Amino acid sequence: MFTQRISTTRRIGSLTASLAIAALALTACAGSDAGTTPSAGESGGSAKTDATITFIPKQLNNPYTDVVLGGGKEGATAAGFATANVVGPLEASASSQVSFINAETQAGTNAIVIAANDPDAVCSALGEARTAGAKIVAFDSDTNPECRDVFISQVVAKDVALIQTKLISEQIGGKGEIAILSATANATNQNEWIKFMEEELASNPDYKDIKLVAKVYGDDDDAKSFQEAQGLMQAHPNLKGIISPTTVGIASTARYLSTSEYKGKVALTGLGLPNEMRSFVKDGTVTEFALWDPAQLGEVAAYAAKALVDGTITGATGDKFTAGALGERTVEDGGLVIVGPPTVFNKDNIDEYDF
Amino acid sequence: MSEPATMSVDTSKALPGATPARGPRWYTGRDAVMIYILIVFLLYAMITIPRFASPVTTGFLILDVIPTLLIAMPMTLIIITGEIDLSVASIAGLSSATLGMMWAGGSNIWLSMAVALVVGLLAGIFNGVLIAFVGLPSLAVTIGTLALFRGLALVVIGDNAVANFPKEITALASSKLGATGIPIMLIPVLVVVVIFGLILHQTAFGRGLYAMGYSKDAAHFVGINVGLSKFWLYLASGVVAAAAGIFWTLRYTSARSDNASGLELTVIAAVLLGGVSIFGGKGSIPGVLAGVLLIGSLNYALRLGRVSDVVLVSLTGLLLIASVIAPSISASITRWRHERRLRRQLSAPAEPSVTG
Repeated sequence: MFTQRISTTRRIGSLTASLAIAALALTACAGSDAGTTPSAGESGGSAKTDATITFIPKQLNNPYTDVVLGGGKEGATAAGFATANVVGPLEASASSQVSFINAETQAGTNAIVIAANDPDAVCSALGEARTAGAKIVAFDSDTNPECRDVFISQVVAKDVALIQTKLISEQIGGKGEIAILSATANATNQNEWIKFMEEELASNPDYKDIKLVAKVYGDDDDAKSFQEAQGLMQAHPNLKGIISPTTVGIASTARYLSTSEYKGKVALTGLGLPNEMRSFVKDGTVTEFALWDPAQLGEVAAYAAKALVDGTITGATGDKFTAGALGERTVEDGGLVIVGPPTVFNKDNIDEYDF
Repeated sequence: MSEPATMSVDTSKALPGATPARGPRWYTGRDAVMIYILIVFLLYAMITIPRFASPVTTGFLILDVIPTLLIAMPMTLIIITGEIDLSVASIAGLSSATLGMMWAGGSNIWLSMAVALVVGLLAGIFNGVLIAFVGLPSLAVTIGTLALFRGLALVVIGDNAVANFPKEITALASSKLGATGIPIMLIPVLVVVVIFGLILHQTAFGRGLYAMGYSKDAAHFVGINVGLSKFWLYLASGVVAAAAGIFWTLRYTSARSDNASGLELTVIAAVLLGGVSIFGGKGSIPGVLAGVLLIGSLNYALRLGRVSDVVLVSLTGLLLIASVIAPSISASITRWRHERRLRRQLSAPAEPSVTG
């Protein structure tokens, strides 16, 4: 009984002690919090030789994004950034990028290169980053124009849309039902292309016999896109062609078609990666599809970021900067920088590309 | 094992010679352990992760955890009664969509928020009626409404995003209290936390919830209105989830149908991590508060350290499993030690030992 009493007392004692330590620790943190206040603001405008750049893609582990980021990181080193990081969410949802921007703001990153999942959801976070001194380059998918310095666009949006409508029209012989399998319902660039496609289908007399019967969204998720493709074929038995303006969507759809009775009967085109589409082009599931070189997009974005950080450009219309070996680029109206025209891939030229 | 030796002994009472521990025992409980882990982690992060110790962290971190924290409150009470609500994130999405639609349709912003809250209330009532009065299992009902409410959100707002909310209001959602870095929104959130804490720990209603978690029949026999209690919980859950949806919309200045998707799992993970038993009957608000903050700061610290989200997701999963396993391991250790002590003291000279 005696030992029992001692051990209880001892336990209470040690707990009290640990509590006291915890309390002390807490006060200490409160103190250090106050002490470091100015550092977050200061780190924004540091010297140009130790400038840092961070890429925030729509989501990680996306093959297309990986190629863009590969080009971006090379470009960043070539342009003279000391460190280049890539951070990002696993899911391409609207708000998931905000906490990454916050962390970069706090890390004092000089340039943030972002592909926005939602043009508005990232705005206030980017605003705080700019207040802290960071330059913002949007690439691939634009943010609200007032939230970034420049936007690097692969190509002119309308060209991307037109080449896809042209390809599908050629492949289905200019008439029949078609459908679009896109990324997320709110994806900025896909929606812009789809808008141009719809306008073109409605206004161009060559396309008067083509009817767009459905728009579905695979959320840039492989399984979801696969199921959406499957659903399209069931819902629209007369479907002649599918346009998938996203690399995940076109690859999943091609995989579905190649193993189904529709192989070679239902045309598929859109934007795809040559490495992912090679086997489908060779087995006849897909005739032709388009894309720009994604690595160049990352590269131009990195050079633009460096020019902004150095102060050689401000993002105003007419500003010029050199994007390494790719040559000079000009900032157009609305802070837009164009990388180059899209390339069409088919079985004759696909082996020349490796990305 | 040694059932015969202990069967005859009432293990629930302290031994006659043992002094009862003086004062409250809250600092040795499961929730206290969570608080210690949280403090240790925060200290570790401050020392090892550059820039973690800064008021900027406080601000961003708290803004990140507010939706989880809000929804975790009614979720704690629901899980304590042995039920679950999986539809919370969908209710938040539906309230976000409603708010966006009302505002885009030209309504006053405060009216839009009120309507969004009412939509959450109705969603909660719908869950509550099916579970409490019709008597359907909460898992089945809320899996259904998880899909249903998200679907309704899509019906309400479609593929659109509404973003042009008044600047004063969106600024309020992320503004800080002076230089402290603490978001103003934390104040109403803390009020909600305190209200739920008082309900759970200081009222007969709250004690009834624990009783329900142990045994619904027993709770019924001692005069607790099991059905009505559950109904109120789901109603509260609906309203709080809608409030979280409104906050989400204003903080990210974007009303969309897919807002807060997947949040229910984060909330449940945080609640379980905070020491609430998934079988019901155990748990406390301070523990859950620590659980939410632990997941939040872990997230934040890893992001600041630029660790990939893959690590983050796996780590959260491991933590959750550990938190579910830990109580049963520690309970069996305690029982084993207690029995051993009993045996030693009761049968000291006469029977040498039963188990050896």
